[in-house]
Amino acid sequence: MTQTMTGYLRNDGRKGIRNVVVIAYLVECAHHVAREISFAYRDKDVHVIGFPGCYPNGYALRMMESLCTHQNVGAALLLSLGCEGFNRTGLAATIAKSGRPVETLVIQQNGGTAKTIAAGIEWVGQALEQIDGVTRTEIEPSELVVGTICGGSDATSGITANPAMGRAFDLLIADGGAGIFEETGELIGCEGYMADRAATPELAAEIEACMDKTVRYYATMGHASISPGNSEGGLTTIEEKSLGAYAKSGASDIAGLIKPGDRPPTGGLYLLDVIPDGEPRFGFPNINDNAEIAELIACGSHVVLFSTGRGSVVGSAIAPVIKVCANPETYRNLADDMDVDSGRILEGRATLDEVGQEVYDLIKNVSNGAQTKSEALGHREFILTYKSFEPIGPSCLPMAS
Amino acid sequence: MSSSDFDPRLVYLSPKDNICVVAQRLEAGARVLVAGETIEVASTLPIGHKIAVRAIAKGETVLKYGAPIGSTTAPVARGEHVHTQNLQSDYIPTYERDGDGAFQG
Repeated sequence: MTQTMTGYLRNDGRKGIRNVVVIAYLVECAHHVAREISFAYRDKDVHVIGFPGCYPNGYALRMMESLCTHQNVGAALLLSLGCEGFNRTGLAATIAKSGRPVETLVIQQNGGTAKTIAAGIEWVGQALEQIDGVTRTEIEPSELVVGTICGGSDATSGITANPAMGRAFDLLIADGGAGIFEETGELIGCEGYMADRAATPELAAEIEACMDKTVRYYATMGHASISPGNSEGGLTTIEEKSLGAYAKSGASDIAGLIKPGDRPPTGGLYLLDVIPDGEPRFGFPNINDNAEIAELIACGSHVVLFSTGRGSVVGSAIAPVIKVCANPETYRNLADDMDVDSGRILEGRATLDEVGQEVYDLIKNVSNGAQTKSEALGHREFILTYKSFEPIGPSCLPMAS
Repeated sequence: MSSSDFDPRLVYLSPKDNICVVAQRLEAGARVLVAGETIEVASTLPIGHKIAVRAIAKGETVLKYGAPIGSTTAPVARGEHVHTQNLQSDYIPTYERDGDGAFQG
């Protein structure tokens, strides 16, 4: 098993495990042009991300800055219609400052759809050649950041896949790496347990305040983060779903509480607060799993672990997604989409520790370049919508940072 | 109670729990050992669904992993399926995809 991995050294010193060109549309009106440019490079790591809204949003800008300068990204092409409110010059400046090649194409200034597509295809071709020369570097497990999410959950998720991913987190954190768990909307009912695991009393208070906000927010929405499919899979209430989701966090102390775009300053276990601050304004906090995956990646995740019982098939732009299938019946039905069969635990064919080790080994293999199932199938989902956040408080991060 | 009091097709997650979890699909009429007593399953139960390990009164807290997952809305007999028809969240309701139980936005 690989202990040291080989990745890509960026000019800002960060180390990536993929060498992606992102094409970012800055309003839905530029989405088609972005997609058409990417179609010319279907067999390359050229991924489309974007923000659909015409109104500007500080959270969306920060997310796009974090994503376009993510360590897995080598270059970025920005696609603007021309009249939208997104701060394209600010985004381009942030990317340029990070040392990455960046270009902005404004459709209204480039002669329209066809001419912009042609210009974009040419620029991406040059960018791919340029970033192929990026310095390769060794990556230690202690330098990895891994995110975790569950989606398409059923009642097996919290018995097999989530506890197994929790064991993998324990192994990663013991090696000095950072793990991020989130879905605070799916931790309702776990607030007391999480506060008990906080590294400091001040952090415990921050976590409790964060969870109060979460319950308030979803109560206003009138619908918790629990779907009909979850219920068909045996999950009756949000707190039942939460207890299963919480198992993803493993057994480490919680070192800090971060928000989308914040990067863990040290190794250890971090909770990501995904619930907007202030009065609910823009609707449901995360309208689907990919909204959360994008936030985990914006926090610097090299790889995302994704557990599923019902059988989600999604992947993501920018960072590989490792699918851990909780339900043995689902695995037999959807094996081509699943990286790990943790339902073996329910059938007595493997132990939690064995599957936890398998997940950790796979994190390292994937970080060394091995493709996940969703990557090989071409899944590059991405979504970003409106939110607003206040900066994290001073007690949220470890003192050493 | 310990796991030896349960059919191997059931998982009893914590000794505090008043429910156990179906680990392999049970057809209606299947006979399984629940908390040391054999019961007949009334309706087919897919993997992941819950069975009461003892009688649970209306309004009582249901425990899974040793932790609360909501309160019963009706009395539940030992061996009965515990789900949305007799258990509700203490936080925010759960909705169905269609029919009377659907979310109206």
